Amino acid sequence: MSARRTQAVVVPGGPLLLRGADVVLDEDGEQHEVGRPVVALCACGLSQRKPWCDGTHKLAQGPES
Amino acid sequence: MRLPRPRGDLSAQLIDALASGTPETPALAAGGIGDPSTDDVQLALWILYEQHYRGFEDVDPSLEWSPDLLRLRRTLETPFEAWICDLTATTVKEATEEGDDVVAQLEHLTRDQSGALARHLHREATAEQYRDFLVQRSIYHLKESDPHAWALPRLDGPAKVALAELQYDEYGDGVSARLHSRLFADALEGAGLDPSYGAYVDRASAPTLVANNAMSLFGLHRRLRGAAMGHLAAFEMTSSLPCRRYVQGAERLGLDERVVRYFDEHVEADAVHEQLAARAICGSMVEAEPDLHDDVLLGAAACLVLEGLAGDRLLEEWR
Ligand code: FES
Ligand SMILES: [Fe+2]
Ligand SMILES: [Fe+2]
Repeated sequence: MSARRTQAVVVPGGPLLLRGADVVLDEDGEQHEVGRPVVALCACGLSQRKPWCDGTHKLAQGPES
Repeated sequence: MRLPRPRGDLSAQLIDALASGTPETPALAAGGIGDPSTDDVQLALWILYEQHYRGFEDVDPSLEWSPDLLRLRRTLETPFEAWICDLTATTVKEATEEGDDVVAQLEHLTRDQSGALARHLHREATAEQYRDFLVQRSIYHLKESDPHAWALPRLDGPAKVALAELQYDEYGDGVSARLHSRLFADALEGAGLDPSYGAYVDRASAPTLVANNAMSLFGLHRRLRGAAMGHLAAFEMTSSLPCRRYVQGAERLGLDERVVRYFDEHVEADAVHEQLAARAICGSMVEAEPDLHDDVLLGAAACLVLEGLAGDRLLEEWR
């Protein structure tokens, strides 16, 4: 069995999907353990729970924001 | 779980038939059912569907495949499916006017994230109202993700891989204490409610049963796998932001941290799931099977409209 592959997927207007990571270092260098197979990293800068995306990017784009 | 209490003639006959093990009762649904969205019809349908999930302790398990009960289920499902199509027609049409990319259409349908229910729970609800909300939600969340799991053997390729990946997270990432249904049971317990499966079926409103039955309808019919995945996408795409409000509402009320934990987990998890569901599942599925495109929109619209009605019912009761 080969080790799982790490992959990053850019979502237009949304987060960066990171697959196969074990740990994420945020902008302060703090370590966040990854507990799920894929995580969404905030790429818009607006999330209230960085480094993770919390869906806030949609409010920045949506007509009903 | 034991059989629920009847809500009318049809559900009473069905419950008697199941309890006595004689499903060939001739009067069942003879002569049409009228409005398929009533308490009586929806409870009957919910009971018939439940036979395919955990079932009832007081019912012979072989009745899951009773031809008479399957015929009854079909008699109820056909008008129910037509009712859903009617109710969602304008929403589906609105999506089709947004070009022909299924992901863009789903994003368009789910763009309004300003739900009145979430706002109320965030800022105004009493603890009692918050518990009412958990009670209604328990019908789904105690079998969270199960209705969508029926689609797995009916998909192939990238869509199948993506659904499995999403559900691995719903099903606890290999840790049973993290099963989302288990996290919800913990939340119920934390709120002083009964965490056992099916404990609140008797309190489920007709719109709550409708929303749950729609998921089972889509899930149990291979023909409707597109709708099942559209439903999943819309559900996930309208979850993170409301869940943030549910977290804040629970904190405002000083509810047990297990309530907070359930919704907190979903802010983060569903920000991932919505991407997987829209792009990797629905996008790949429609690419592989373009004929399913319209059904994706049907399922998504059904999720939004029916969950909306279930939420409206709660708001009405609290008024
Ligand atoms: S990318 Fe989703 S909140 Fe920033
Ligand atoms: Fe979940
Ligand atoms: Fe989810």
